[in-house]
Amino acid sequence: MPVNNSIFQTSTFRLAAIYLLVFAASAAGILGYVYYTTVGLLERQTEDTIHAEILGLADQYRLLGVAGLVDTVQRRSRDAGGAIYLLEGPNQARIAGNLDAMPPGVTQNQIWIDFPITVGQEPVAVQHTARGFQVELANGYDLLVGRDVNELRQFRDVIREAIFWAVGMSLVVGLGGGYFMSRNFLRRVDAITGATRLIMAGDLSGRMPVSGANDELDRLSGSLNDMLSQIERLMDGMKEVSSNVAHDLKTPLTRMRARIEDALRQDNALEYKTALDQTIEECDKLLRTFNALLSIAQAESGQMRQGLQPLDLFDTLRDVVELYEPLADEAGGSLKLEARPGLRVRGDRQLLAQVLNNLIDNAMKYGQTSADKPADIEVIGRVDAQTVIIEVADHGIGVNLEDRERVLGRFVRLDESRSKPGNGLGLSLVASVMTLHSGQIQLENNRPGLRVILRLPLYTEAS
Amino acid sequence: MQHAELTSGPEQGTESSMRILVIEDDREAASWLVKGLRESGHIVDLATEGLQGLTMALEGVHDVCIIDRMLPLMDGLTVIQKMRSSDLKTPVLILSALSDVDERVKGLRAGGDDYLAKPYAFAELLARVEGLGSRKLLDPKDAKLKALDLEIDLMSRTVTRGGKPIVLQPREFKLLEYLVRNAGHIVTRTMLLENVWDYHFDPQTNVIDVHVSRLRGKLDKGFAEPLLQTVRGAGYMIRAR
Repeated sequence: MPVNNSIFQTSTFRLAAIYLLVFAASAAGILGYVYYTTVGLLERQTEDTIHAEILGLADQYRLLGVAGLVDTVQRRSRDAGGAIYLLEGPNQARIAGNLDAMPPGVTQNQIWIDFPITVGQEPVAVQHTARGFQVELANGYDLLVGRDVNELRQFRDVIREAIFWAVGMSLVVGLGGGYFMSRNFLRRVDAITGATRLIMAGDLSGRMPVSGANDELDRLSGSLNDMLSQIERLMDGMKEVSSNVAHDLKTPLTRMRARIEDALRQDNALEYKTALDQTIEECDKLLRTFNALLSIAQAESGQMRQGLQPLDLFDTLRDVVELYEPLADEAGGSLKLEARPGLRVRGDRQLLAQVLNNLIDNAMKYGQTSADKPADIEVIGRVDAQTVIIEVADHGIGVNLEDRERVLGRFVRLDESRSKPGNGLGLSLVASVMTLHSGQIQLENNRPGLRVILRLPLYTEAS
Repeated sequence: MQHAELTSGPEQGTESSMRILVIEDDREAASWLVKGLRESGHIVDLATEGLQGLTMALEGVHDVCIIDRMLPLMDGLTVIQKMRSSDLKTPVLILSALSDVDERVKGLRAGGDDYLAKPYAFAELLARVEGLGSRKLLDPKDAKLKALDLEIDLMSRTVTRGGKPIVLQPREFKLLEYLVRNAGHIVTRTMLLENVWDYHFDPQTNVIDVHVSRLRGKLDKGFAEPLLQTVRGAGYMIRAR
């Protein structure tokens, strides 16, 4: 699959961008409020002052007439300090005030207007901005009152600029930070992806990089590495099993081939028949090995776990012991069962019977005290607290301590001479069936002989 | 081979030849199977896919059907289900490469009567087919089973041979009952393990032989004519006549 390495498509960058937008919006909101409460307040105060003055002057005109108004306007114009006045007669002729003429924008009654004014004398005269309000008084007189708002405007511009830069910078810094953060994250993710590729390409010893920061990525890499180790172990086990299988299948196939070849050389009907009979026998043995391997694989896959049913292992013990008792008896040995009903487990009857079958079969084969003394076998079933314990014990050669783990593996046969029939899969199946049933198998010294102990969780209605 | 004289109807127990329908898509396996069955004296029809097989089965002329689990056009289990829903009671032996216990249960639930995993020994298959073919001759409600001078009373669970009572353990009784129900037909060790003990795994030892020889000891003790025969390379058989 194609990997898009664009930083802008990383989740880190997307998160950073979203956070940045939220931050920028809230910053804009706060700064907007500051702007409204400072610049806006000052502007409103100026307008209120102008409005109040207009109202005052209009009152004067009403009470004292044109003369009074002119007088006041002239007086105030002299010590204006930023205040601007203009009174015009009905013919638009200037009567009083410190402004030469009505600004061009004034076309109707009672409007706010911004207009330029010249402050100071040439050559140091500068242009300022003023804001004013114009009213038409009775008898055609026009009055304009204004204020020099240059400083206010400058202040407003400073504040606006500050807001613009603050938001702009936070956007730039945030985007940059997001970019670098994502790039750092992406680099580590890319390293992990790269490691995965190598492993997928076949290098099972490969591991995820760990930075040492012990952060979430390191923890992720750590658990991936643990998983990989487990997989590697399993794969090694599988490889061992496969090579064992191959070896254990090759031997009988070689035998079969040699036998058939030899029979063909003899060119004799009886030889043919003997060879074919032996071949069928050998085939059946191979099939048994395959079936045993399949049963183990099936038990190990855990698919059957949901099919387990509550059952009393006592019935199974009784049935299997009853099945084998005549055989043990015939051989001159003994097979005794010591158990009582109530060995309730959740299990598969067939598999558990096969487990007991395999253990008793082993005990009969390897439980002899000497060549002429057949095996005496005890089968015990009991409940200990929340565990059902099954024991199969003999008095034979036993299993050395160092072999007790190994003998559970596939195709492991301690009997080097291979004098007894078997395929080395019996205890492997027992072990895998125990795992399927959440149980355990333990091999103990029976002084002398072997005692196999199976532990299974007791089934109760509540569990 | 002869049918058992277990019921008294005049039409049974004389002709051993059965008409068998084989539905198997692997042509080579099918040709060996057909050859073997014909050599054993049976009339065999072959279908190589499910739909054709179902059509042939629905003619209702066969004594036993051998149906492969996986078939082209119509799956083996579906064929059996359709046969059963058409009220066709012909016994069915399912053949399958799948040996899981689950698969076996599925096959029997679909309406199959017996299940045999591939690869199989021909003797095993033949014993099972002939067992299935003779099954319909038996009335399960019949309280008494007979073979030669042996008599089994299923109600009182007693056995007599030549009028002389024979004391059997419960499992021995079950074993004998199964053998007598299949009298005149070979019963394999696997069939005994499956039907008498209900175990579907291979014990890898001759446990069954010991049980059979014990039973034989009790049955034939004091009688000149052996009742329970060992068929070499196949299994056991109770003589019907």
